[in-house]
Amino acid sequence: MWTYFANPHKFLRLSDWLAPAFYALGAACIAYGIWQGLWVAPKDEYQGGDIMRVMFVHVPAAWLAMASYSALAIASFVWFVWRHELADIAAKAIAPIGAVWTALCLATGSIWGKPTWGTWWQWDDARMMSVLFLFFLFLGYMALRAAMDTRQKAARAGAILAMVGAINIPLIKFSVDLFTSLHQDASVITADGPKMAAVYLTPLLVSAIGHSLLFGGLVMTSMRTEIRERRIARLRSRELEAF
Amino acid sequence: MSAAPILAAFRQSLGEAWAGGAGALLPLGFLGGASVLVPLGIGSDGETLKAVGPGIIWVALALASLVTLERIFQSDAEDGTLDLWLQAGAPVSAIAAAKTLAHWLSAGLPLALFSPLLALMFQAEASPALLVNAGLYALGSLAFFFWGGVGAALSATVRRGGLLISLIALPLYVPTAIFGALAMSGGPGSAGAPLFLAASTLFACAVAPYAMAAALRLAAD
Repeated sequence: MWTYFANPHKFLRLSDWLAPAFYALGAACIAYGIWQGLWVAPKDEYQGGDIMRVMFVHVPAAWLAMASYSALAIASFVWFVWRHELADIAAKAIAPIGAVWTALCLATGSIWGKPTWGTWWQWDDARMMSVLFLFFLFLGYMALRAAMDTRQKAARAGAILAMVGAINIPLIKFSVDLFTSLHQDASVITADGPKMAAVYLTPLLVSAIGHSLLFGGLVMTSMRTEIRERRIARLRSRELEAF
Repeated sequence: MSAAPILAAFRQSLGEAWAGGAGALLPLGFLGGASVLVPLGIGSDGETLKAVGPGIIWVALALASLVTLERIFQSDAEDGTLDLWLQAGAPVSAIAAAKTLAHWLSAGLPLALFSPLLALMFQAEASPALLVNAGLYALGSLAFFFWGGVGAALSATVRRGGLLISLIALPLYVPTAIFGALAMSGGPGSAGAPLFLAASTLFACAVAPYAMAAALRLAAD
């Protein structure tokens, strides 16, 4: 399977229709999630009244923050072991997009936190801290790539850092979990199944799927840009050689 | 494989740190200077200083590790020493670990041993607990140096890599800072925190050398 997807031409052909499909489906899912979340779902006074509707953006953003770093780590690992160029192109594309969703998670969380908990930010909250450090890991990754003078070096250094970050995440998570937590416990994925009413859960899941599709579409578009940039660079250097 | 290159790297790093006559005094001066800024910045109220003192020392230790690590691999990459290390027939990870350890011995351990004096300046009461804390600082700073070493190895070929090292390494410092501060807080959970601190340091010592080795091979290319 890897070798099939490792071919940039096949990827270009596949993403040619898959990326627009992801955008269309993602937009539909997000629109449905926002409509259900803003107008249909009843407000929950216990979660702060109308402000809880930010959940339909906040929870998908949190899910994507974690998923995108996992994707970055997996892509880095694949590149580091098998040296499939497409994996590095994917890693390079994922980092800034994942960082934006991580920032979105932090921002919506603060907006939700101010009226319900009375604070924009809580230093001893485990989840806020984990997401913040995830954000810093993304920033470090992008800064390191930008500082390297060749593409190959950027790929290698980035892959090492992403993998070191990935094996540290459980430890970071565990250490911040030792803080007493203000954040509510997990309520979608638990051992006894979802603890949430279907009127909230369905739009939340649809919204999460929509954000994931949008993320996938953006990553594919960014990868296509990168492939073409590399192609341009190659053609240019060939032109120079001809002189 | 032989142990000679590892010992040579260890001695070379120690020598570098002590060259110029200042040795451990220079990092000590940095730690002292950074700590003196704190009462000036947050006010000299005794109770406040007492509360933040242990944390300030953790932060100062983290900063000291970042400042001293900037050149640990960079000079080797510039003058070709790194290429020789890679051909020396010893595991690169062991050489990197030896160099990091030497740097910790000259810029981490002395600061930890100096910490009781700083703690007294932050209005802590003189007690044997300060010596226990010095041990915790020594343990935690070892993790700082190993993770910082990964950042230093990754940015060995980057000009002015100091800020980059900080950005890379600071998220990795989190567990150490949390366990360390928790161990000294005296609050709930502080009894087990030294064990967690030791575990996270051992984890750093086990994982970081391999990441450093991979990064150094990259720097030599």
